[in-house]
Amino acid sequence: MSAVTEKDLVDFVYREARLLDELRYEEWLALYAEDAHYWMPAEWQQTNPRLQASLMYEDMLLLKIRVERLSGARTFSQKPKSRAQHLLQVPQVDEIDPAENRYRTWTSFHYAETRGDEFTIYAGWARHDLRVEEGSLKIVLKRVDLVNFDAPFGNIQLFM
Amino acid sequence: MTRYAADPSAIKALIHPERVHRDVYTDPDIFRLEMKHLFANTWIYVGHASQIPNPGDYLTTDIGNQPVLASRHSDGSVHVLYNRCPHKGTKIASEACGNTGKFFRCPYHAWSFKTNGALLAIPFKKGYDGTGLEDTEAVKGLAPVGAAHVYRDFIFARLAPSGVDFETFFGESLSSIDNMIDRSPEGKLVLEGAPLRYMHPCNWKMLVENQTDTCHPMVAHESSAGTAISVWEREQAKGGKKPMAVEVYAPFMSPYDFFEKMGLRVWPNGHGHTGVTTSIHADYSAIPGYFDKMVAAYGEERARAILGESRHNTCYFPNIMVKGPIQTLRVFKPVAADRTLVESYTFRLVGAPDTLFERTLMYNRLINAPTSIVGHDDLEMYERAQLGLHADGLEWVNIQRLYEPGEAEDVTEIAGGTSERQMRNQFHAWTKYMTMSMTPEGVAFQEAAQ
Ligand code: FES
Ligand SMILES: [Fe+2]
Repeated sequence: MSAVTEKDLVDFVYREARLLDELRYEEWLALYAEDAHYWMPAEWQQTNPRLQASLMYEDMLLLKIRVERLSGARTFSQKPKSRAQHLLQVPQVDEIDPAENRYRTWTSFHYAETRGDEFTIYAGWARHDLRVEEGSLKIVLKRVDLVNFDAPFGNIQLFM
Repeated sequence: MTRYAADPSAIKALIHPERVHRDVYTDPDIFRLEMKHLFANTWIYVGHASQIPNPGDYLTTDIGNQPVLASRHSDGSVHVLYNRCPHKGTKIASEACGNTGKFFRCPYHAWSFKTNGALLAIPFKKGYDGTGLEDTEAVKGLAPVGAAHVYRDFIFARLAPSGVDFETFFGESLSSIDNMIDRSPEGKLVLEGAPLRYMHPCNWKMLVENQTDTCHPMVAHESSAGTAISVWEREQAKGGKKPMAVEVYAPFMSPYDFFEKMGLRVWPNGHGHTGVTTSIHADYSAIPGYFDKMVAAYGEERARAILGESRHNTCYFPNIMVKGPIQTLRVFKPVAADRTLVESYTFRLVGAPDTLFERTLMYNRLINAPTSIVGHDDLEMYERAQLGLHADGLEWVNIQRLYEPGEAEDVTEIAGGTSERQMRNQFHAWTKYMTMSMTPEGVAFQEAAQ
């Protein structure tokens, strides 16, 4: 891949959201590096995913379990199935550092998840830490901070 | 209140030894009576003393539908008070946890109160001269609840001014809290980490019953735990040791026989626990350095005894569950007949390695979060039950598994781990504490017990 541009990073974030909205989870997982994490903090301006409470802090194994479970024959919480919709603000590029192979974006979003007659809106900010591996951008860390991280939610079954 | 109000015989008719009427889960009248009687007559968990270590610290919560606060007074004592200004009713404290300084100051008209609730001052007070204010309840300050008790830093309160005392109510069941505390090399817990909060569209008792329902994990959690096992088996080929998360998920798929042999113990007043001989928490990898610290603190024999006690879920009637080997506490807060707020708290064992607390936090988010796949499995079942119970074809819920006619009630006994004995035990206590303040005789009993 030639030099990573701002547009490459913005397109990448949009593409991730689109794969999630179209429920194309295998392709979505392929956007993540082998050592990646998906993190949803449960505290304000949280710094530590291991020794502070989080809603999610998942490595690739746990994400694969989630994706496989969603289509399981005995996954009753997916009968009927959930669907998702992302509304993203233009991602802001916070870092482009080819020497360190480090790229970072910050994206404000609204996210809707629906199942049966239920429809719930969430709002927050997503941070993507990226790097180039074999010519393509990969997610090293996706951090999702909900504006109301401390509220009592019902089931959140898909990915923001 | 219509159908059931002040009619203990109608309440009692809902509970049979081996089945309960669906109204206990669905009927708004029953829910209101639970708030008025059951949650007033029992000892309810309020919070942990480590949340309010210093004078002026407070925490807020609800006991049933009653807003309360627990406050650390200047002399170090803990006071549980109704969170309600005696002037016009404004809630005094609005944050989950905080420090009020030397006194509480109502934000509406600035009446102030000492941290034990006593009235401190009223601005421009001469406006009350000659009005007789001094003869009203308003000058007594923030009203205390009926009784409060702090057991090894666990704060409990009873709203009713008289009734069963703390020791009688909990008795030997406190051994599960003891074991959780003893797992700290310093014999001390600190509540740490934000609670995970999870709203459930179902009756609070469904959650409580689920804690000792050992015939559901291998069925309802096949989707989460079963998938975790199969994905891990596939990925294992890449090498590496079994991750902590797989150690957490996998035992949910243990066979019936495992859960049966695990055993279950009931105690009087509706308390009980699963995991008498072993549990799904018994086979986790050792945390480096932890056992040595325990041996140094307690000696090897005692350290082994503490860690060998692998109780699964201990239910303290009516609405909390404690997991000693994991250091979590879940509160099932009733909101409406068909709505329950679940708050899952984590404790750090003082003096133990960080990795242990890391596992506690991991367990909590993998199992108890609104983003937890195990939680999704369970909530789906509660939600379906709450909806299904409206079907008029059948009116009863069955709790008969391993029932023996003439089964003793309000006793300490051990049963097979797949027994529904603890559910029956809970409903026996439910009837007792629902009805004890409904009749003149019941009220007299309560007073005699005082
Ligand atoms: S309501 Fe509290 S001072 Fe008036
Ligand atoms: Fe469960």
